[in-house]
Amino acid sequence: MHRYVMKRLILIIPILLGVSFIVFFITALTPGDPATLILGTGAELEAIDALNRELGYDKPFFIRYARYIYDLVVNQDMGRSYRSQMPVSEIVLRRAPTSVLIAFNGMLCACIIGIPLGVLSAVKQYSATDTMSTTTAMFFAAVPSFWLGMMLMYIFSLKLGWLPSNGVDSWRHYILPMFAIGLPFAAHQLRFTRSTMLESVRQDYIRTARAKGASEHTVIWKHALKNALLPVITITGINFGGLLGGAMITETVYSIPGLGMLLVSSIKMKDVPVVMGTTLFLAVFFCLIMLAVDLMYAFVDPRIKAKYTR
Amino acid sequence: MAEKSKELLRVDDLAIIYKTDLETVHAVNGITFSLERGRTLGLVGETGAGKTTTALALLRLLPERIGIVTGGSIRFDGEDLMSLPPTEMRKIRGNRISMIFQDPMTSLNPVLTVGDQIAEALVLHGEGEKARDKVVQAKVDEVLSLVGIPPTRKNEYPHQFSGGMKQRVVIAIALACEPDLLIADEPTTALDVTIQAQVLKMMRDLKERLDTSMILITHDLGVVACTCDDVAVMYAGKIIECGTREDLFREGRHHPYTVGLFGSIPDIHSETTRLSPIGGLMPDPTNLPPGCSFSPRCPRCMEICRTTEPPETTDGTHKILCHLYGEGGRSR
Repeated sequence: MHRYVMKRLILIIPILLGVSFIVFFITALTPGDPATLILGTGAELEAIDALNRELGYDKPFFIRYARYIYDLVVNQDMGRSYRSQMPVSEIVLRRAPTSVLIAFNGMLCACIIGIPLGVLSAVKQYSATDTMSTTTAMFFAAVPSFWLGMMLMYIFSLKLGWLPSNGVDSWRHYILPMFAIGLPFAAHQLRFTRSTMLESVRQDYIRTARAKGASEHTVIWKHALKNALLPVITITGINFGGLLGGAMITETVYSIPGLGMLLVSSIKMKDVPVVMGTTLFLAVFFCLIMLAVDLMYAFVDPRIKAKYTR
Repeated sequence: MAEKSKELLRVDDLAIIYKTDLETVHAVNGITFSLERGRTLGLVGETGAGKTTTALALLRLLPERIGIVTGGSIRFDGEDLMSLPPTEMRKIRGNRISMIFQDPMTSLNPVLTVGDQIAEALVLHGEGEKARDKVVQAKVDEVLSLVGIPPTRKNEYPHQFSGGMKQRVVIAIALACEPDLLIADEPTTALDVTIQAQVLKMMRDLKERLDTSMILITHDLGVVACTCDDVAVMYAGKIIECGTREDLFREGRHHPYTVGLFGSIPDIHSETTRLSPIGGLMPDPTNLPPGCSFSPRCPRCMEICRTTEPPETTDGTHKILCHLYGEGGRSR
């Protein structure tokens, strides 16, 4: 098991190299230069050229990329933001906890709502419960996230006045974003759990469990669910990773200073060091989540565990 | 106290359909049989004859909403199984009636250890509070060694066992609570021949040791000959011939289908290049022919067979459902 984890951790390195190269390449293709960005369009041409030279922007693409990697690996330096002149690592690390927390809350909300309801609809297939939860799920999967975010804000902040509408000052601020992110996610989770459960309750070992005299409760929650969970875990992991950087619409609606908003505004401003830093952080986090997912597999399914220890 | 009656199971005129939106499958059409304590009944017939459906009905495990018992009764040790509430039925399942399923590869839960799966049956039927209890674990060890698996392997998962070993585990689960009735649904079909013999011998030994009655579902007449006391031949949801093993294997009057079954066994002493199957296919169970359902394939089919259901001819323990022996034959 340890060897497997080590192997996976080492594998993150080539992934990061790939990600950094692609992002660096794409940003290099876009027009504009950093000095104009820093000094403003009204600055003198000589000053702009001088600053570009100082930043190494006059060098060819590959040399710039190599220098970036060199700085990153040897000096652990991600550079400074073109816009604010602050160190990139500081900017990213200051915003990361908020994003991670919101994504994690959303995932938790999705699992708590989605998985049990999915099991329930599978067990009572074609019943009123099933129809109701799948229809509701379809609704939440289909509505755009900005609309859902604004509706929640309208109802719970404006009309009822129960919860604050923006910012991240207290735990109460996290509740609306959690649902805005969690509900569509829960809808996917529900539909997915339902379909894997439907498959799992038709297996022969479920009949064996019933023939033993096990109660329906045991049959469903012990025998069937544990087998149905594997694909659900994968989907949860992928969605969690996606939420981390992809929740910018929700972040915008609730004015949350998270990574999604940072990434979008940096891309707009062509703030390359921040774009690079944020994507690399997200890539590392995503890899770690995927590793956690795979380790959870081993925990749930002994057949996979056997493969890891080999 | 009055002595327990000899008869353990009595099935009367049991009829089962599978109903879906598209069609209605007449899987079992009025079968009657009984089983005495300590005896083994062989349920023989080709695929789709309704053998497994009958077995599932005995445990009330027919697929919900689709499998429907339309008539008849099942009495087990004097109790009417059809009218028991679900909780009472669960107490019987795995405890007094156990079932061994056909395919050992898929019958075990892949994410639970075999020890836990055996212990579950024990805990459910009051052998102990938790699977970790010493009493339960001791019993698990005992059952595993009974079926010839070293108890040290109880913490392994099904994927770590071979097919024959898995079937032993399935048998161990079924026998854990020492049931009065064991239903074995083609227990050896998925195994290769050398293992088949081992498993059959083991089941026979266990049955004798625990004094269990058994219903053995099979399409292998060789298995019937060496394991069963009584035999019932099923065709298209009906028992078309039944009796003791001797009745069936003795020369004499038999249902043409039984004759065909025996005829299709290759004879080691005669030199033939081709097997002799029964021609044709089982009738479509959604649309059974009128009269005798074997008539379309029957080599001795008469005019009456196509129109009228055959009567039952009884000769001691031997019963045949065929027009050949009805009116003209020996009287009942």
